[in-house]
Amino acid sequence: MIKIQKGEGVGKTSVEARQIAKFFGQGEATVKALDNVSVEIGQGEFFTLLGPSGCGKTTLLRMIAGFESPTSGQILLDGTDITPLPPNRRPVNTVFQSYALFPHLTVAQNIGFGLEMQGRPAAEVKDTVARMLALVKLEPMAGRKTSQLSGGQQQRVALARALAPTPKVLLLDEPLSALDLKLRKEMQIELKRLQTETGITFVFVTHDQEEALTMSDRIAVMSAGHLQQVGTAREIYNNPVNRFVASFIGESNFLPATLEAGKARLKAGGLVEVNGAKGQSGPITVAVRPEQVRLVAAGEPDALPATITNLVYFGTDTHCHVDLADGTEVVARLQSLATGDAGLERGAKVGLRFAPGAAQVLGD
Amino acid sequence: MATLEEEAEVRSRRNAWLLSAPALVVLFAAAAGPLIIVLIYSFLTPATYGNVEWIFSLEGWKGILFQHDIFTDNLVLADANLVIFWRSVKLSFITTVLTFLVGFPTAWFIATRSPRARALWLFLITIPFWTNLLIRTFAINQIIRNEGVLNTLLMNLGVISEPIRLTYTDTALLIGMVYVYLPLMVLPLFATIDRFDMRLLEAGYDLYANRWQILRRIILPITRPGIIAGSILVFVPCLGAYVTPRILGGGKNMMIGNFIDLQFGQGQNWPLGSALSITLLIIVTIALLAYVRTIGGENRHG
Repeated sequence: MIKIQKGEGVGKTSVEARQIAKFFGQGEATVKALDNVSVEIGQGEFFTLLGPSGCGKTTLLRMIAGFESPTSGQILLDGTDITPLPPNRRPVNTVFQSYALFPHLTVAQNIGFGLEMQGRPAAEVKDTVARMLALVKLEPMAGRKTSQLSGGQQQRVALARALAPTPKVLLLDEPLSALDLKLRKEMQIELKRLQTETGITFVFVTHDQEEALTMSDRIAVMSAGHLQQVGTAREIYNNPVNRFVASFIGESNFLPATLEAGKARLKAGGLVEVNGAKGQSGPITVAVRPEQVRLVAAGEPDALPATITNLVYFGTDTHCHVDLADGTEVVARLQSLATGDAGLERGAKVGLRFAPGAAQVLGD
Repeated sequence: MATLEEEAEVRSRRNAWLLSAPALVVLFAAAAGPLIIVLIYSFLTPATYGNVEWIFSLEGWKGILFQHDIFTDNLVLADANLVIFWRSVKLSFITTVLTFLVGFPTAWFIATRSPRARALWLFLITIPFWTNLLIRTFAINQIIRNEGVLNTLLMNLGVISEPIRLTYTDTALLIGMVYVYLPLMVLPLFATIDRFDMRLLEAGYDLYANRWQILRRIILPITRPGIIAGSILVFVPCLGAYVTPRILGGGKNMMIGNFIDLQFGQGQNWPLGSALSITLLIIVTIALLAYVRTIGGENRHG
């Protein structure tokens, strides 16, 4: 279990999961969907659960919504235990992956559904629906059936429907996965805008690391039912705690090494300054992001000797694959503009340096 | 050249007619033909030993609502006929409601099973169709009669001290009709519920709806086409039911079907029987139009 400190600038806790476990099946066939997961989500925070499919992120989301009950542990909302409450008695709404819009109702009726079920007066329902339609820019569609809308419009209706009852927390289950790339980018900005305007806590589930990095205040990286790391996008990208996080978020070079007085002695030779050394000893792994790798002339002091094995052109970037002395492959991402005439070619001998603070010790 | 094209077009149109001629003949002979004959018969005079005499008469149509008083020969309202019509509509309506109340949970249950179990349940639902209706109806009679399985069981269990008299009552009739027409309600309901997106239940539950509201506001409106289809499939044949009321209702609890049969048999009044048949057709049409109008209309505005 990882100790989680609340993110910066976050005040009171909105949702808290306390030592949540969820097992499916029994005996030998038991599958641990969630194993001792604890996390605190602050009020008004855009919090993302990120991980590959099957990591338990959706199960955790459904638990906050009330569709699943934990095998053990508690879900708290504003400090109150809501674990035994059914979904219709939790002030929490969900934007479903499939949208799950009511096909027999118009756009306006869909948006007003939650308010009506809460028994709000008709005038209030009407006002709120109008406000929501304006918020998601769908006023001209109010009277349409949802089947007459495009995917992006349906997405907006689903959002407006979930926001209309002003929930304390809005849960979003991979809401953008059905949209094409361009629309997805637009909706990312839109979502962030809605979150800022409404001030509602958003808990967002995705397997798309870019989506997570661009929108979230904080990210929880999950894998195999465990919470791997919780932190801001920068923390997670720059200081991944283990190999899973380092490779799932962006790309990383992994270098075998041993610790020597707070520095890492690489297997390929050379002593480098590292972050995150927590008194480990013996063999460790050091992670370095490709854009933090610098190529210098062969034989420069403190540079690791390397041989270029491949150059892959990506437009703005060029990826330069090199082999270190011990055969470890390292990828350096170089700006094409800067390396245009540098005379890099396959087989050339070069020197390799890491940007200051770039090397991270992984705790796996 | 133009003439050739015209000729070809004429030929293809003629061929189209010729090719569809067999179908048209069958359609006419099977659907419209008998109906026209019945319509013509209703305006003729009854002959002595059944059949009709080709003399125009409105007596058949008058006979639906009126009868000649035996003593004064004045036309008086035939309230017995009206009672039969009313009974038929009432019993058919109650049967439709009962099959819906039993059929909806059944269809829901089947539609939410695994594909394999579902096939088995549907198979079980259709099994009664394999046996003759007459035999099945007699079997029901055996179950509900005073010395039948039901009463014996209840008496042995001590629930009742003397048998409940069910035979030849409206209750017996309803039991029989619900049993016979239940599959016709379950199958169309199953078809719509099968297409129902179960994720909508979660969406409703998430948006503060309780179970009752989810049923009223989400499930029923979306499965409405199946409810309409099932109701029509049950209500229409119920109204013309013959075998079930004949056996389970005894001689006295007649429905329109039995009344019509009476005119063609013992009554020897074919024109009246024909007029009654046409009236039944009109009642069914009006009932269907009214039903589709109300139920379908709700959908448009709801």
